[in-house]
Amino acid sequence: MMKIDLSGLEASAPIKGNTVDSRDEILGVPSFALPTTADFDGFQKAAVQMVKPAKGTTTLAFIFKDGVMVAADSRASMGGYISSQSVKKIIEINPYMLGTMAGGAADCQFWHRNLGIKCRLHELANKRRISVAGASKMLANILYSYRGMGLSVGTMIAGWDEKGPGLYYVDSEGGRLKGTRFSVGSGSPYAYGVLDSGYRFDMSVEEAAELARRSIYHATFRDGASGGVASVYHVGPNGWKKLSGDDVGELHYHYYPVEPTTVEQEMTEVAVA
Amino acid sequence: MNCPLPQAISPKSTQFLPFYTQIRTKSSIFDCFLRLNLSLMSIFEYNGSAIVAMVGKNCFAIASDRRLGVQLQTVATDFQKIYKMHDKLFIGLAGLATDAQTLYQRLVFRLKLYQLREERDMKPETFASLVSAILYEKRFGPYFCQPVIAGLGDEDKPFICTMDSIGAKELAKDFVVAGTASESLYGACESMFKPDMEAEELFETISQALLSSVDRDCLSGWGGHVYLVTPTEVTERILKGRMD
Repeated sequence: MMKIDLSGLEASAPIKGNTVDSRDEILGVPSFALPTTADFDGFQKAAVQMVKPAKGTTTLAFIFKDGVMVAADSRASMGGYISSQSVKKIIEINPYMLGTMAGGAADCQFWHRNLGIKCRLHELANKRRISVAGASKMLANILYSYRGMGLSVGTMIAGWDEKGPGLYYVDSEGGRLKGTRFSVGSGSPYAYGVLDSGYRFDMSVEEAAELARRSIYHATFRDGASGGVASVYHVGPNGWKKLSGDDVGELHYHYYPVEPTTVEQEMTEVAVA
Repeated sequence: MNCPLPQAISPKSTQFLPFYTQIRTKSSIFDCFLRLNLSLMSIFEYNGSAIVAMVGKNCFAIASDRRLGVQLQTVATDFQKIYKMHDKLFIGLAGLATDAQTLYQRLVFRLKLYQLREERDMKPETFASLVSAILYEKRFGPYFCQPVIAGLGDEDKPFICTMDSIGAKELAKDFVVAGTASESLYGACESMFKPDMEAEELFETISQALLSSVDRDCLSGWGGHVYLVTPTEVTERILKGRMD
């Protein structure tokens, strides 16, 4: 008999659980110690402010005739300071599914890895890969169970399953949207501008990759919090493949070469005062 | 002394003003500073900037980034932040761009009056005092600018200095920095600066210091602008930089 995996629907109660056995620690719902304070909301608000790097981001994903194209920048910033130019914002959940990262870096990394575990367990229990719809719903349900506790996640789950290409937007407010074209992060308005004007469903893989790269590039140009490297992934029937990772610093002069100019004004003698 | 206090305005009219206008027109200084400290992004960081000046052997260099932004949105990448006051005197204005331009216009006005009356160029030291005095006039509603002044004085002796938004002068023998990338500029200059560099080496040093600093700052960069001034010539160069 097929066993239905309902673990995604379980209320991921973060409290209780003083006696966690070692099996539960790996397979069970992760549990987190809560601060012993009367004013939980106030504490949470202060704590969230302390652990809030990696805010600025540009990520995008879109479905076209040959699958899903996923792309992102690689900058992590804390206020005005650039803390890293080489962050992996596209997370490989399994060979057929990718997740993108926007919002809190730790929250995204942790819950994507957690999702990867759950997807693998589902695969072992049911002898078939989980659908993109199923995986994204599992994540959305978990995030919803933590709603109001300060998680900061804005992600796209992109993959290929029995029904073909799949793309969902999931966020820490509990939202889950199915769609063909998404962009998330502070640079998303700029990316949408390029993406929407250049998108066609019947693009080739090369055209789609170039559109994704260009959208990320234009976002990094206008958005101070996006930059670094523009990575582009493609998910097809045989799983995902990384197509490119271009340094935006070089990409700009590739798109807009600078012609060497002659000296406009010869240096002149300075009049002695 | 002309030291006007900002006019108090009725709370009703305050409501519809943008936040930076409110800061400038509030009647209490405590209120003003409180707002500056508590606001998520200081008004000094609204447009973003990076300015640095360095002294070499009988020469100096002053450099800035080229970005004009509105918080994280980049609006222009050919914005002028360093102004030439005369052949041997330059001022870089970091901070709020609108105040920088206004302040520049007032400085030009005062400099021209001086030139007419005295029939000579102003010495950098004198100019620094002039800037300081103009800034302090607005002690209780300051220009949100941090100036960097660089010039060649008597016998072509290089002079550099910076000051805060209300005119406290800070003289230096080696280098001065200002703007949103000032922390990383301090680091870069501290490790790259050598005393008594010749003009070409000075240009290389200030350019490398500027470009590596703005690569760690979200709000400045998008190219660089360098002036290299020796007793006989002024060289202006535009630097290619990362455009993200």
